Formats: sequence, C-alpha cells, structure tokens
Amino acid sequence: MRRAVCALLTVVLVAACSSPDGSTTGSATSIVIGAGSEPENLNPVLGYAPDGAAKIFDGLVSRDASLALKPALADGLPTASADGLTWTAKLRKDITFSDGTPLTAQDVVFTYKSVLDKKVNSTIATRFDAVTDVVAVDTGTVEFTLSHAYAPFPQQLTLGIVPAAKFAGVDVNSAPFNTAPIGTGPYTVAEWRKGDRLVLKANEKYWGGAPAIKTVTVVFVPDDNARATRMAAGEFDGTVLPPKLARSYVSKSGYRLVQNPSADYRGLGIPSELPFTSDPRVRRAINLGINRQAMIDAVLAGSGKPAATPISPHLKDWYDPSATFAFDTAEAARLLDEAGWRKGADGKRARDGQPARLPVLYPAPDVLRKELALAAASDIAKLGIDAPVEATTFEVMLQRRGEAASVWGGGEPYDPDTAAYTLLHSRYAGQQGYVNMTLYRNSTVDTALDTGRRSLDPGVRKQAYQDFQRAYVNDPGWAFLVFLDHTYVLRDKWNGQETQVEPHDHGLVNAVWWNLERWTPKP
Amino acid sequence: MIRSIGRLALRRLAFAVPVLLVVSFALFVLAKASPFDPVERYFGVRIIGASPERVAQLRENWGVDEPVVAQYWAWLRHAVTGDLGDSLSLQQPVASVIGDRLGWTVLLVSVGFTLALLLGLLLGTFAAWRQGSWLDRLITGGCYALEAAPVFWVGLAVLYVFALQLRWLPGGGVTTGSEPVSAGGVAAHMVLPVAVLAISQAPWFVLFVRQNLLESFTEDHVIGARARGLPDHLVVSGHALRTSLLPFLTLLGARLPELITGALLVETVFSWPGIARATVEAALNVDFALLGALTVMATAVVLVGNLLADVLYALADPRVALDG
Repeated sequence: MRRAVCALLTVVLVAACSSPDGSTTGSATSIVIGAGSEPENLNPVLGYAPDGAAKIFDGLVSRDASLALKPALADGLPTASADGLTWTAKLRKDITFSDGTPLTAQDVVFTYKSVLDKKVNSTIATRFDAVTDVVAVDTGTVEFTLSHAYAPFPQQLTLGIVPAAKFAGVDVNSAPFNTAPIGTGPYTVAEWRKGDRLVLKANEKYWGGAPAIKTVTVVFVPDDNARATRMAAGEFDGTVLPPKLARSYVSKSGYRLVQNPSADYRGLGIPSELPFTSDPRVRRAINLGINRQAMIDAVLAGSGKPAATPISPHLKDWYDPSATFAFDTAEAARLLDEAGWRKGADGKRARDGQPARLPVLYPAPDVLRKELALAAASDIAKLGIDAPVEATTFEVMLQRRGEAASVWGGGEPYDPDTAAYTLLHSRYAGQQGYVNMTLYRNSTVDTALDTGRRSLDPGVRKQAYQDFQRAYVNDPGWAFLVFLDHTYVLRDKWNGQETQVEPHDHGLVNAVWWNLERWTPKP
Repeated sequence: MIRSIGRLALRRLAFAVPVLLVVSFALFVLAKASPFDPVERYFGVRIIGASPERVAQLRENWGVDEPVVAQYWAWLRHAVTGDLGDSLSLQQPVASVIGDRLGWTVLLVSVGFTLALLLGLLLGTFAAWRQGSWLDRLITGGCYALEAAPVFWVGLAVLYVFALQLRWLPGGGVTTGSEPVSAGGVAAHMVLPVAVLAISQAPWFVLFVRQNLLESFTEDHVIGARARGLPDHLVVSGHALRTSLLPFLTLLGARLPELITGALLVETVFSWPGIARATVEAALNVDFALLGALTVMATAVVLVGNLLADVLYALADPRVALDG
C-alpha cells in the first residue's frame, strides 16, 4: 500500500510538471485581452456598448480619436430640421449583417423602437427620452421625431443596429440573440463562455475592410491582482490595471504602458439640504480645502487630473479653465467664519451650539473610492469640520443623500449635457433614483443647462456651458475630486493605437482597444 | 427488499415536497429583505442619471415592488410546470444559465469528491493501522489543521504556491489564452481546484475512518482473525475495514451540503465557469428566478444524497430496517 501512495504522488507531480505554464506565444494576428468586467449581454437594445466601439455592431454614426462624429451606417451625418424636432438619417446601401441579410431602415426603426418599448428592459432608454417616434421613410431613410429640441441627439446615434428579423416572435428580454448576436461590425461572436471568456472572429466581409487581427479572446478576470498575475505570467497581450499595479511595466521591454485620459470622475456629493452645508459658502469652503493634487499623487500614483465640475479638462471644446478651485485653506477658513461656523477651543467649528458635521460615505467594495473618501475627509477635518467616514452600499448612500456626503463616480466625454443635466438640474432634485443626488438647486445653472440642451447653434451652446461652469463654481453642489486616467498594459506587437478620451465605462469597449479593428501587426 | 426501497423513496419524496416549498419560500423572504435592489444592480453604472420614469417602468415590468407572497406564487406557478423563467441579471432563460454551467460544476465536484473519498479511506486506514506512529500523528494533525482552515484560504495559498511562485499549473479558468477547450488543457486546469476541494473535504473522512477502524480492532471478529494468525494487512482490509465502512455511508450523505459550499468557494477562487459563480451573482443581484432554481436544485441534491446513503446502508446491512 505504501508503494501505491508513492505511485499516486509521482503521477500527480508528473502531471503537474508537464502541464502548460500559461505562457502564450501567439502570433500577432490574434490577441488575448484580460478584461475587468463582463457584459451581461451583447444586445445593444438592452444596453450593450451604446457609445459605439461595439466590435460586433455599428451605429448610424461613430467617433474618431478626437471624439468627432463621423458617419458609419449612415451615409453622411444625420441632419436636423430648422426647429430641431426632426432628425433624418440616410443609410449606406452596401451594408449586410454578418449572416448575409442586407441592412434596411426597418432594422434601424426596430432597434430604436425596441429601446423605447416599455416592455423591454433597456438600461439606456433614458438617452432617448426626447424621442417620440421613429419611422422608415423608405428602405434607406430613417426619421426621428423629438418632443423638444435636443442638441446632443446625434451623439446617441452611436447605438449598434440589430437585425429585426432575428427577433420575430421572440421576447427581446430573453432572446437567444442576447448571447449569440448578429451585427454589421468588424467582428462576429465565435464563442461566449459566460464567466470565463468571449472569442471574437474577424468579419472578413466587413464594409470598412477586414480587420488585421483575426481572433480576439477576451478573458474575464474581475480581481485586479489576479489580472496582474496572469498578465505577468504571459497569458494576456493586454489588460487594464490600477496605476499602482501597472507601474512595474514602465520600462519593461516588449510592453507598453498606456495611460488614457478620461471624463471618468470621482466626486463627493455634498447635500444641499443639510443645515450645515445648505450655505453655498460652506460648500465652496469644502472645495477650497481639498488638496486634489496630493490626492492624485498619493492615491492614483499621479494618474489623474483635478476636477472642479463634471466637465473634464480633456474636453477642450467645452472646458472653462477659469472654473476651478485653488487649494486655499485660508480662504476656506474665512468663508466658514463668515458663514458663522467658528472654531471653538478644541479646534472644531460650531454655530449656535450646533457642531459642524458632515459624514462621508463610500461603497464598501470599492478600494479607490475608499482611499479618496479617507483623503477628502482628512482634508475636511483639517478645516475644523467633523467628517466621520463610513463604508456602506450605493442604496444607503442614496437613502442618506439629504444628510451625508457620498463618493460617487461617473462621467462621459461626449457632450456636456449628458455629463451635467440629470446630475445638477433642479427638476431632478428630490426625484427617485440616482439623479441630482445632492438635491442641488441653482436657477442660473438650470437656465444654462436648458439653453445648452435646446440650442443647435454651437456658439450659443459653448457660451451656455461657460455660464454653467462659472455659476456652478460660485455655488458648488459637489466637491468633484479627480478625473481618473485609465491605465493599460499592452504587449508591444501592434501599430494603430490612438488615444481617445474615455468614459466611466471602459471594459471590452471604449478602452485602449476601442479601434482594435484598425490595429496592424508590427513588421 | 426492492419494494421497501421503493416505499422509502416514495416516503422521502412526499417529505421532500414540503421541504422544498419551505426552503424556496424562505429564500424569497430573505432575498426580499436583502439591502440590495435588483433594478439598481441591473442598471449598474447606468443607474447614475437614469430617468426616474424609466427606472419605475422597469420596477413595474419586473414586479419587484409586489408583496413577497405574490412574487413567490408567480414563480412557483411557473416552476411546477417546468418553466423556470428568465434570469433578470443575465437576460437568459434560467434553464440555459444552468445548462451552460452545470457540467463544469459536476465535473469539479465529482472528481473532487471521489478523490476526497479515496484519500479518506487510504489515509484513515494507514493512520489507524499504525496508530501512535509519527505517520498517524502527521495525518491526524494535518487533518485537524485542514478542518480549521477555511476553504478559500487553502485555495488562495495553493494558488500562490503552485500558480504564482512555482508556475507549475495555470491559476484559473478552464483554458489558457485563446486555446480551444481540450481534454488535456482542462485536466491541467482542474488539478488545483480539484485538489483544494478534495483536501478540504478529506479530513472528515480520514478521521472518521480512523476512529471506526480503531473501534473495530477491539471487536471480537477482528481479535479472532488476529488470533488465527492471519496476516495483518488482510485483517485490516478484510475484517476491520469492511465492518467499519457502514457508518461511512451515512457520513457521505451528511457531507453533501458542505461539499456544495466548498465547491462554491473553490469556483470563486479559481475562476471556474461553473454554477457557483452564477449563484453568487444571482444573490448579489437579487435575481429571484435564478436563485429559486439554484436553491431548489441544491436542496434536492442533498435530499437525494441522503436517500442514496440510506438505501446503500440498507443494501449493505440487511439488518437495517427501511421502514423506521
């Protein structure tokens, strides 16, 4: 029997030694990506990749590296009627889905009508709230009717178009299509093993030209450390990592460290209805008392930009460089004194016996938000304000929005309207859900946001968002902290990467591989 | 014999129905009381800025604000006809969610359980046979340590040593990079998760076998066999082990729930694409349809496991009555 045990152990050890060690020596026509998050489905109607770069689908329009819209399935950018209530898009004539069926206006109408259908559980329907009707004028023309003028509308037309025929007699919410989709895009889905990996194959008949990278394997590994390890073991050609974990690749030969700018903010929502912070001077003081650059250096290893408003400094067309907060604790103290919150003998501020107190909440599993919450709370405490930090859930953060500050995140670079409107317009204050979470009310901000949304004149819009940013920094409803840089590690085997300012969402789409279909192997 | 087994199965089945009803209803009540909101989880990052009307529409489509009894009844009415409904968090029919993943879990659990049994018999017999020796002390000491160590901790330790430091074995998933699924590849990826599952379950079997063997060494038939001068290994394997195996069968049934929990943790640590990760996700997303189906399935496995253990017990020892 002793011999049997020895034999068993030998078998196990031999099996262990002869197994692959996980290194890939794949050719440059295939790529393995380690992704941090997995899409729930691959159906644009339900919410997959609404901002384009969808790999499997194309929208009527797409974006170039500078985020300018360019026609994709549409034969030219969609045009608006003079009153801005009707938008017309003409389709290209040579497009087929990857199963060979031709694209028609009916497919476009079906896609958008499904998003708007109340029975369809789409997570992106809010984007199309202004749309009242979508009709096919003829097989090559689609017309959208809007209930009010809505300037950012063409930005939303990046949504991927699905073939209507695949949904005949099927409930969109649980259609087989959701995991095995058919699109017009540069890639097709070869296999999706949920919870593990997604394999894409090049669409050789792609209307924009067949991609040079023929096989894309996306491996889903949610844990940052596990992803870093498997990247180090050579299993991945590229992955997304927190800045600190990516630092070892700075000068590693054969690898590139890519840091992409983003409009992805983390900010402290300050309750406008809490007696202490209801005074705009107090909210301004908090903004002036936070050392954002120190936060970026310590927490983000230098990978970020200070934030003052939800408009990212990377958005040159909209950003107002004068609308920022200096780090000025003296001015912050002066404002707090002026508002009546004076320091007592213990260094804590109070007014009429009421202590100055602002709890700071963050969602427990998010390490980055935890570190930002701690840094912000320590800066606020230095002003003489009691700022206890609590770990909790998003649901509790929302419930306590009237009396506690919470670290929220979000943001997209495409249009200032989508970045700011639901967050700061007073018509959303006190409504259900994650809209205007700080119960912020400022009539100048409201007017500027409404003007920016309604006007189709670029000059008028630019002025409106300048007005918005200036009005906001005089009466801030948040302490926006930082815009994160997204950090990627990439094996240096391909040409064609272009930097695009990224939104909050950066998994398989919108990341450094947003234009993967145009990458070419290095000679 | 066959008839009494049939009667036992029928009786257990009649008992299983109320058990399943109670367990699944309790699950709905618990999920309803959870601090997570299924609609918010479904929206994910897009909940920020989603218009209140759209969110309200989805709540209505899903009926999440209905009383728990109504929700349970709606689920049950369809479940009894075999329609498990659609998973809200994964936008797939529940049947296909389970179908895609169950195979991987069954593979992991069956190999892990078999290995745990073999280890239990082998090491337990060794330890009892050489009672008091350094080998016995090593085995029992190791078993107590492993019983105390949480499964996920063992998993992470093994991952650290064999996948990160020694790099002998892949650390997760079922294939490497863009490789297609192959028997060899899956076998290599299975070694670590199966080993962790087996060594986390084996201690109970080892100690049980050892204890029973030691007891049976003092029984008349074993002493008699030894007195007749039969070789030691024959006495241990032929006389002592055989009689001490009976209670072992009961332990098998009793360990099944532990095995399911263990598999859940092992799958999470090793990114195994099985049912366990879907279970965790279903719980976090308060996905009633998926949670309900998975719970009923787990409960059924435990009930069937116990029934099997009892039937085997009866077959092995005719003195055991099935009607009790």
